[in-house]
Amino acid sequence: MKPDRTVGIIGYGGYVPRYRIDSAEIDRVWKGSGQPRGRTVMAVPGPDEDTATMAIAAARNAMAMAGIDPSLLRAVWFGTESKPYAVKPTSTIVADAIGALPEASAADWEFACKPGTEAMQAAAAMVGSGMARYAMCGGADTAQSRPGDALEYNTGAGGAAFVLGPADESLAALEASTSYVTNTPDFFRREGRSYPSHGHRFTGEPAYFRHIRASVTRLLDELGLAPSDFKAAVFHQPNPQFPVRVARELGFSREQAEPYVVSARMGNAYSASALLGFACALDDAAPGDRILLASYGSGAGSDAFSFTVTERIAERRPRGVPIERYLSQSRPVDYALYARYRGKLRVM
Amino acid sequence: MDIARSWRQQDSNLRLVGSRCRVCEALVFPQRLRCPSCGGADLADHAFQGGGTTVSVATVREAPRGFAGQVPYAAALVRLDEGPVVAAMLADVEPEEACPGMRVSMITRRIRQDGDDGPIVYGYKFAPEGSP
Ligand SMILES: [Zn+2]
Repeated sequence: MKPDRTVGIIGYGGYVPRYRIDSAEIDRVWKGSGQPRGRTVMAVPGPDEDTATMAIAAARNAMAMAGIDPSLLRAVWFGTESKPYAVKPTSTIVADAIGALPEASAADWEFACKPGTEAMQAAAAMVGSGMARYAMCGGADTAQSRPGDALEYNTGAGGAAFVLGPADESLAALEASTSYVTNTPDFFRREGRSYPSHGHRFTGEPAYFRHIRASVTRLLDELGLAPSDFKAAVFHQPNPQFPVRVARELGFSREQAEPYVVSARMGNAYSASALLGFACALDDAAPGDRILLASYGSGAGSDAFSFTVTERIAERRPRGVPIERYLSQSRPVDYALYARYRGKLRVM
Repeated sequence: MDIARSWRQQDSNLRLVGSRCRVCEALVFPQRLRCPSCGGADLADHAFQGGGTTVSVATVREAPRGFAGQVPYAAALVRLDEGPVVAAMLADVEPEEACPGMRVSMITRRIRQDGDDGPIVYGYKFAPEGSP
């Protein structure tokens, strides 16, 4: 899929909260050993943070890089599965905070971990059709996991935002995008429940791997490209291992994928996971580089994108905040503080 | 909590919108109907940039209702670069590390909420400049 008019990224930004919990601490509390397999460190939002505040921080970073008047945004669309309100859009709060209201569409997108890339496709369509000059899309999540569940060893938090606009103003131009979607119950959260459920082993091969392989293969076919044409390949990161493995299965090298696997240092930020990896790849990119982005959302589907970086990245990027600055901060918390900050303690 | 009141304050809370006097050019925060300097009533909205310096700080351990989930935290008087002084909570800094004279910038956080059924109030806090 590609829009009639060419579209690209005008500015981007991310946000990762400063607290960290080590998977060894999770393991100490629930298994007593303190030696989990595949150790990770996960970002934990503070008691005054949520999906809206993280999306606002990412959106402000993206707008600082874009350098455009916020009243020119015709859409502010964020994907999340951890809305602060069950009913009341998160995106209206974000759009208000960056000064984009009232002449903008604002809505929350939902598709487990991939609504941010759906919003990106829609924003590209809106700009590409001429309905909007600029549109913001992104994803943010305070990833939920039931205390003691396997998910708790990988759940992080963060947000990412992108301003899309005409390709001739962009720092990275969109070449094409594809989606591959099926009706698969690999991971879900029922209405009114606090924590998601997952199909254990069912979440790997028939879910994550199959859908990403399909969306990326279709994208490469549509563009007539091979894995070697890309500088970087960024995938959804439910854990640090899956993206490296799917990269290998698709014919990408470890060097193309591993540097952008942020989940070992911040956990899986659900809707923001692939997008923050993509922002890292942009932080690292030079003009002419081609970057692959492939999300995955349970339920299930994958959206794949190919972007080519333009020479504008050199002047625009210094106005933003490198994702590495967020990743390298770390204020460790123990399980007790983590449980308090994440609202896992309920006093009846 | 008064929903109408927090709704009226949203421009101040989310974007640091105050007022500028069209007569004497005084800048005030939050928004006013009358200029505190010259008494004039011709004021325009003015969005402050968000940079400032702490004038004084205090650690809050016994919080008012609606803030209990956040203790301990630092509260501060922040002099905005444009002049006005704002009382606000600090964020992304441990209370014992907060001190007067710190360069800070505005961020948006959850300020308070009214139980599980009421609205969530989002607003400004100040974090050490360049963090991260
Ligand atoms: Zn005056």
